[in-house]
Amino acid sequence: MGSVTATVAPPTDSNVILWFRTFWAISRSGFRRYATYRQAAAAGVVTNSVFGFLRCYVLLAVAGSAGSAAGYDRAQLATFVWAGQGLLAVILLWGWADLADRIRTGDVAGDLLRPVHPVTSYLATDLGRAGYAALARLLPPMLVGPLFFDVHLPARWSTVPLFGVSVVTAVVLCFGCRFLVNAAAYWLQDVRGPMILWTLGSGVLAGLYFPLRFLPEPLQLALWLGTPFPSLLQTPLDVLVERDPPVTQLGLVALQLCWAVLILAACRLVQRRAERRLVVQGG
Amino acid sequence: MAEAGGTVTAYRGLLRAQARSQTAYRASFVVDLLGNVGATAFDVVTVLVIYGVTRELGGFTLPETLVMVGISSCAFATADLLVGNIERLPRYVRTGLFDAVLLRPLGALPQLLLMDLPLRKVSRALFGLAVLVVALATAGIGWTPGRVLLAVVAPLAGVVFFGSVFVATATVSFYWVESGELANSVTYGGRDFTSYPVTVFEGWFRAAFAYGLGFAFVSYQPALALLGRADPLGLPAWAGWAAPGVALVAAAGAAAAWRVGVRHYRSTGS
Repeated sequence: MGSVTATVAPPTDSNVILWFRTFWAISRSGFRRYATYRQAAAAGVVTNSVFGFLRCYVLLAVAGSAGSAAGYDRAQLATFVWAGQGLLAVILLWGWADLADRIRTGDVAGDLLRPVHPVTSYLATDLGRAGYAALARLLPPMLVGPLFFDVHLPARWSTVPLFGVSVVTAVVLCFGCRFLVNAAAYWLQDVRGPMILWTLGSGVLAGLYFPLRFLPEPLQLALWLGTPFPSLLQTPLDVLVERDPPVTQLGLVALQLCWAVLILAACRLVQRRAERRLVVQGG
Repeated sequence: MAEAGGTVTAYRGLLRAQARSQTAYRASFVVDLLGNVGATAFDVVTVLVIYGVTRELGGFTLPETLVMVGISSCAFATADLLVGNIERLPRYVRTGLFDAVLLRPLGALPQLLLMDLPLRKVSRALFGLAVLVVALATAGIGWTPGRVLLAVVAPLAGVVFFGSVFVATATVSFYWVESGELANSVTYGGRDFTSYPVTVFEGWFRAAFAYGLGFAFVSYQPALALLGRADPLGLPAWAGWAAPGVALVAAAGAAAAWRVGVRHYRSTGS
């Protein structure tokens, strides 16, 4: 068995089952780690619910007496808002600086010594975290919303599994984007600038503040094809509320998958370049 | 007298140290300034996009709503600049840093506010002011001396109001350290609420936010008075002038909550 640092290509004779076992173990520990903060999760659910009410009333007012806006009816808008508030915590759009902090402090050296590729191990942890968030952060708003508003329930059976695939893809994609933003710390030390740009851009361009379908169509197309942002939040939500026919739904999720693969590849590339130039500070 | 002079010098020293340290890294500071404008700019963009889909929102047109957005974003951004970093209180309580603050011979609240006065947020406050000025200029307001006065008083009252909300919600962390983003639901939630006409909202949610917490008097009622519109929800015309009174009540409430909170504070023991 050769070197076990991440800088060198991992041993190729390792079997796939072992890889999955490792991945699963890291994911579970990620789940457990975040499951510790139950009070914070409860506080987060309250906050998401308040914003659910706020945004829901605003969008319903947009639909107004006509009863629809940009192809969404009132029930679809309500589902869009409430599921969106829950999904926000699952994909974890904001507030992840673990990697950047570890790079700045030099702790990242520990990650590089492990026999698992850093992108893989961080992704596994993040999927575990997302699993917990799906239970603690996504379910509550999706249950609270229908108590106060008429919501849209999927009319096609195919929507449910497609939504599941779309959410998992969104988590992976969002992780990849956050990893890239954090990895800027390899070059910049302080990632405040990229982090601010990410926080600003992701909220608006992912469809959190308003459904992107409110924008002119050429702009929508450019955003969907040219940036990963709509694939983070808008796509899973559009799939859930059945805004489009099944074929378009499939197409959107396929596009999402492309972005996820592309961004993950970029993560690995950036990580490899970074390791070449990384000088861990301290003794 | 000499003592009071000493206190002022101490506060000024804290402020100067902050200004120096924050501007030490020029590029970082400039990015921060721009980023903070972006946050408020996107709030305005959201309103514009929404009016791209509909002509009326809750019975109000875009120029009318922009007056509310202007008052709200100007007041919120300024309050956020002056008092917003009280948001860090949970961390100070958790790490025990608040002990050190209490030990010093200066007031705890002013110290916390000056300890990291976020100068980068100056840009946001200025942008908010610009939005307000443009909104007032384009809304076709029939100016009278009274309305001019209200246009100045309402944002100031809003600053006091949002400042009080920041302080009051932060005191929750004295009792519940892990309250996380709970405070955001009232601070940022309040900002979003005051960016739209109250008529947009319905039921108990409207009652709680608009009248229970008093957010209706931050931007909606003053905007009605400025525009000379009757309140579709039936409050009399003078309600627009209630903003300073409501702000004072909020400030008194926040001061009381702060005092009780600090008294309740038990150190982490570290």
